[in-house]
Amino acid sequence: MIIPHPLLGPRDAAEFTYLGDASLLMRPDPDAEARPEKLMQAFHDYVHLRDNPAGVHKELWFHEQGDRSWLVVTRNISTHEIISVELASDVKKASKGKSK
Amino acid sequence: MRYSIWSIIKQGLRSNRDWKTAWRDPKPKASYDAVIVGGGGHGLATAYYLASEHGMTNIAVIEKGWIGGGNVGRNTTIIRSNYLLPGNEAFYELSLKLWEGLEQSINYNAMVSQRGIINLFHSDAQRDAAVRRGNSMLLHGADATLLDQDDLRRMCPYLDYENARFPIMGGLMQKRGGSVRHDAVAWGYARAADLLGVDIIQNCEVTGFMMKAGKCVGVDTTRGKIRAKKTGVAVAGSTSRVMGKAGMRLPIESHVLQAFVSEGLKPIIPGVITYGAGHFYISQSDKGGLVFGGDIDGYNSYAQRGNLPVVEDVCEGGMALVPMIGKAKLLRMWGGIMDMSMDGSPFIDKTDIPGLYLNAGWCYGGFKATPGSGWCFAHLLATDTSHDVATAYRINRFQSGAALDEKGSGAQPNLH
Repeated sequence: MIIPHPLLGPRDAAEFTYLGDASLLMRPDPDAEARPEKLMQAFHDYVHLRDNPAGVHKELWFHEQGDRSWLVVTRNISTHEIISVELASDVKKASKGKSK
Repeated sequence: MRYSIWSIIKQGLRSNRDWKTAWRDPKPKASYDAVIVGGGGHGLATAYYLASEHGMTNIAVIEKGWIGGGNVGRNTTIIRSNYLLPGNEAFYELSLKLWEGLEQSINYNAMVSQRGIINLFHSDAQRDAAVRRGNSMLLHGADATLLDQDDLRRMCPYLDYENARFPIMGGLMQKRGGSVRHDAVAWGYARAADLLGVDIIQNCEVTGFMMKAGKCVGVDTTRGKIRAKKTGVAVAGSTSRVMGKAGMRLPIESHVLQAFVSEGLKPIIPGVITYGAGHFYISQSDKGGLVFGGDIDGYNSYAQRGNLPVVEDVCEGGMALVPMIGKAKLLRMWGGIMDMSMDGSPFIDKTDIPGLYLNAGWCYGGFKATPGSGWCFAHLLATDTSHDVATAYRINRFQSGAALDEKGSGAQPNLH
């Protein structure tokens, strides 16, 4: 697979390490939930449960052998086709903008 | 018809006219006592043991495509029980014992060949770990033998013992490990289950679960509604997709694992050999092909094919360990979709939905578990309690803190 890096252009996927579903960017807020059992449940779900869809999947890739940036890659995991690539920092900022 | 030398001679004298198809092709009935979703090794084994051990014969196996077309047809056919943790070793040892009696119980030649498996070690620390693992295996009633370099040189003179970076110091051998003909496992279980009255329904995709008052009461399929008192799902590789239809999210990611087979060669590799310094393992099939593989590609995939960096990595491991395989020509390579769980261990458990049971998360180790998985899943479906050797395989183990991490590598599927 060739990942089109937003800053560096096309890069071999072997330069990257893979973390998983991009929902990992959305860590639960420990201050938003006072009930400990609800909070435990939220963190359990965050750490361990996955949608794991067949088809389009947003996921985190780390450019370890390159500029060490985190990317959000949108990929069809049934065909390995890469649909779009964004810097994870931009995605995080955009999501914060929405929640406020 | 019972298969034996006499049936072969008898049919041979009659120009092989009277062989019957190995299993029927029944229409789905409106309702069953139990329905197993997934006609792979685990699903068919479950159906067979439900019928033979628990007397449940009004049951069906439902398969989207053809039986044995998933991971039981896309693996490297290794059987072994060389695990360390108590929650695992008893289960895999039960499975290995079932392999040993399998052909007699299902009356089918599955070519179970116990030629041994050797896990190599390359440092003092790895030797200590091998001794510890071997002792754990012995304590669970399995067999384990520690080999030094001289033993290995006699058995496998072609390994690169003097490798400058990873010299081979010895290995931990399980003599009862080996390999099995994978297709014959699916076909043998299917035929044996069918003879006990199990309906094997192919080309029948589950499109949803029938719910009534919060209970699962059957499945919607492309061939109509099928009611069932109990529904067991054994569809490793597609577990998230199928269980998603029941609204469940699971601690599973689907990943692709590649494997390779060379052209047929004369017998050279006696059993299974695994590299301790990289991810590579190799065995030789009865047809002579060198069967080998390595690590998963490491990213979510449902594509049943992988990418070239992992091919390169596997071949580098192979060349470092067995330099002679550089002369062999590659015949085929393939990818299978693994249910990678968060701790590398499987699930055989009830779900939160009454009437719905799950068998999943086998990572890249499901083939050797086939008989044990079927045995324990059948026990769960029939009795509503976990089998003694499968009590660690709970779905909620990440909540309870009882994760079963054989490799000790953490809560991320692509590390296992």
